[in-house]
Amino acid sequence: MLHTFVALVQDKPGVLARVASLFRRLNLNIVSLTVGESERAYISRMTIVCEAPEHAAHRIKASLYKLETTVDVDEVNRAEAVVRELCLLKVAAGPSMPHGAQSRSQIFELANVFRARVVDLAPESIMLEMTGSASKIEGLVQVLTESGYQILETSRTGRMAMRRGHHTSRVVKALGFNAGAGAAQRMRGPDFEEKPSSDEILPNEFDDVHEEEREL
Amino acid sequence: MSDTTNTHPQLTGAEILWATLAGEGTTTVFGYPGGAILPIYDALRKFPTIHHVLVRHEQGASHMADGYARASGRVGVCMATSGPGATNLVTGIATAMLDSIPMVAITGQVSSKVLGSDAFQEVDITGITLPVTKHNFLVTRAEDIAATVRLAFQIATSGRPGPVLIDITKDAQQASAAFDFEAAAPPKARPHPMLGTALTAHSPAIREAVAMISASARPVILAGHGIMQSGAEAEVLAFAERLGIPIASTLLGLGAIPAGHPLSLGMMGMHGESWVNHAIQEADLLLAFGMRFDDRVTGNLAHYAPHAKKIHIEIDPSEISKNVRVDVALVGDLKAVLQTLLPWTGADAQARRPWLDDIETSKGTVAVRDIQNLPDNGHLYAAHVINDIWREAVAAGREKETVIVTDVGQHQMWEAQYFKHEAPRSLVTSGGLGTMGFALPAAIGAKFACPGKDVWVIAGDGGFQMTAAELSTIVQEGLAINIAVINNGFLGMVRQWQEAFYDKNYSASPILSPDFVMLAQAHGIAGAHVSQREYVTETVTKARTSGAAFLINFQVEKEDGVYPMIAPGAALHEMVRRPHQDPLLETAEDA
Repeated sequence: MLHTFVALVQDKPGVLARVASLFRRLNLNIVSLTVGESERAYISRMTIVCEAPEHAAHRIKASLYKLETTVDVDEVNRAEAVVRELCLLKVAAGPSMPHGAQSRSQIFELANVFRARVVDLAPESIMLEMTGSASKIEGLVQVLTESGYQILETSRTGRMAMRRGHHTSRVVKALGFNAGAGAAQRMRGPDFEEKPSSDEILPNEFDDVHEEEREL
Repeated sequence: MSDTTNTHPQLTGAEILWATLAGEGTTTVFGYPGGAILPIYDALRKFPTIHHVLVRHEQGASHMADGYARASGRVGVCMATSGPGATNLVTGIATAMLDSIPMVAITGQVSSKVLGSDAFQEVDITGITLPVTKHNFLVTRAEDIAATVRLAFQIATSGRPGPVLIDITKDAQQASAAFDFEAAAPPKARPHPMLGTALTAHSPAIREAVAMISASARPVILAGHGIMQSGAEAEVLAFAERLGIPIASTLLGLGAIPAGHPLSLGMMGMHGESWVNHAIQEADLLLAFGMRFDDRVTGNLAHYAPHAKKIHIEIDPSEISKNVRVDVALVGDLKAVLQTLLPWTGADAQARRPWLDDIETSKGTVAVRDIQNLPDNGHLYAAHVINDIWREAVAAGREKETVIVTDVGQHQMWEAQYFKHEAPRSLVTSGGLGTMGFALPAAIGAKFACPGKDVWVIAGDGGFQMTAAELSTIVQEGLAINIAVINNGFLGMVRQWQEAFYDKNYSASPILSPDFVMLAQAHGIAGAHVSQREYVTETVTKARTSGAAFLINFQVEKEDGVYPMIAPGAALHEMVRRPHQDPLLETAEDA
């Protein structure tokens, strides 16, 4: 099954290699890995999606923590987190294309349905930008292909994940807003035993938040 | 380096390194100089409290640091230059990693200005050692050296110990910086976040464990290396005695509790005695103390201890339910966990009497074949040699003052079976990685750690030749190390497997050796050949009391096997006994 881990790691040279090396050592395939800045200085945030047996999650998390450069690790599943991916698609479109002059307007329509944006327009191509779950991106790709459009280039970021509701603040707290006490607190008990109260759950700002992702 | 002014002294990076090592308590460093580490070696003379041991091959340096750490419990330090010097350390670092040994390895590196340019003797050693170190560092500035070294010592010793490598560029060694040992102290070690808060009597896991222990009629303690790492020898004994629970040991757990203790069963696993493995297979509760259910101790996992619930006390959360699914995991330092657990367990040692009697009975029927009791039949067996080394030490009252350092192979298993370890840290052996060539250099490290003890190398003719160059180091350092080469003209364990599983196709296992006694003599080390059992003890005494290094070449049976043995893939109780036509057993039946 697919596991998604969010790891906060020190922003230092070689840290990505350490994380990647760990997964290689455990003989696990990384499906996607994204790295970027976090809310805290000198700390990077990684979202790692990997294929592993169900019972392996504990060991992967414990092993990630064993890396000296790891600050915090969280395993998130789709039900409790927002998982997003950014995708850029360059589609062949222009007067010489099969759909001829209509191709652009058709692509605009498709993009609209999928809430993708047109970010570049060239005489023979259109670039679309889209965020969403992996399945939504794959849906757009599929519709474009089946409609006879040629996709010239695809660039996908891989998944990013963030827990819904107050869970996210736990990470912030653990990272030093309440140093010491926070660090002790996060070790207590199973993760997130308490249920979020209703006012902590944000309104669904995306209409696809509960959309099923493929085979998670 | 006394600080006479209020300001901190300006030192070179090389001086800062030595000063920090000295501050961390390092007195012995095993190493080999070279271009990229010359500034460090140049500064060595300013630090008279540190003794540098020049090795003959950098692999020896890392094994020596490892042996030093195993015998003493302190951090072993080794050192090498960049490129080939650094890569030669790797086997020893991996050996330390697999057995969780605290070690700090320091390597020189080319100047930071040419890093990444394939400069002379440049190698990406932090990249190479990434999977075999607990952590590693590349230091390019003199001002970072002190803090990095101090952090490395903390990482090497905290939690589950392990090796840490520090790669220091030549320009960082040469540059100057202010040195302030106190200010370089690392922040308090971060405990593994999944350790949880300290277990208390109210923790559900402790309560569950207590209930399981009370309900158990046939429990067995699995004693691992973690007992010594945690310093929990007394707690384990108190626990076992209070509850009347027998103790089986892993290879690295030998010595944690005295072999002669009535509750001690001996070594478990692939070459463990039959009653030990039977006890585990028939147990209703396994208490794993600081061990990791290695494949060499479990046999086929599908049939491992089928009736037993398992309680695992372990400091590394990533070991929990890795190989064997456990019912209760008590994650933490073994000593502390046992101290929490002990008061809540009722003293009911008598309740397990029937279970102990059962085990004792199963012992009686197979102990007949125990070759240590067999008469001399004119053949020299390695097991006899090792057992006689033990008996000689006992006769001299030195058995607790003896450190045996083994290599890897048949002799290692015979040692584990026939040398009865009474004291913690009295056996130094490469368990996890199984590194041939380990014994001789590791013994040099052990001798530096315990100069007052009798240190024995027990090595096969194959492994001994892998690192025999360190004989010269022994002489240069004037060390009184006793060396027993168990010489059977074969890579014995390979031969045994070829006999058992490859139709006696002895492919590349016969090995030609030099005359080891002459080899020793060429180094200025005295030696003797022994091929008859009657001369074993007197030669051992001669070696032990010679006051200098001494090598004995024991010419033993060529095609002897280690028994019992569990074939790979077989369950723990499906062991292969010594074949009946074995000359040893024929003698036994005659007698």
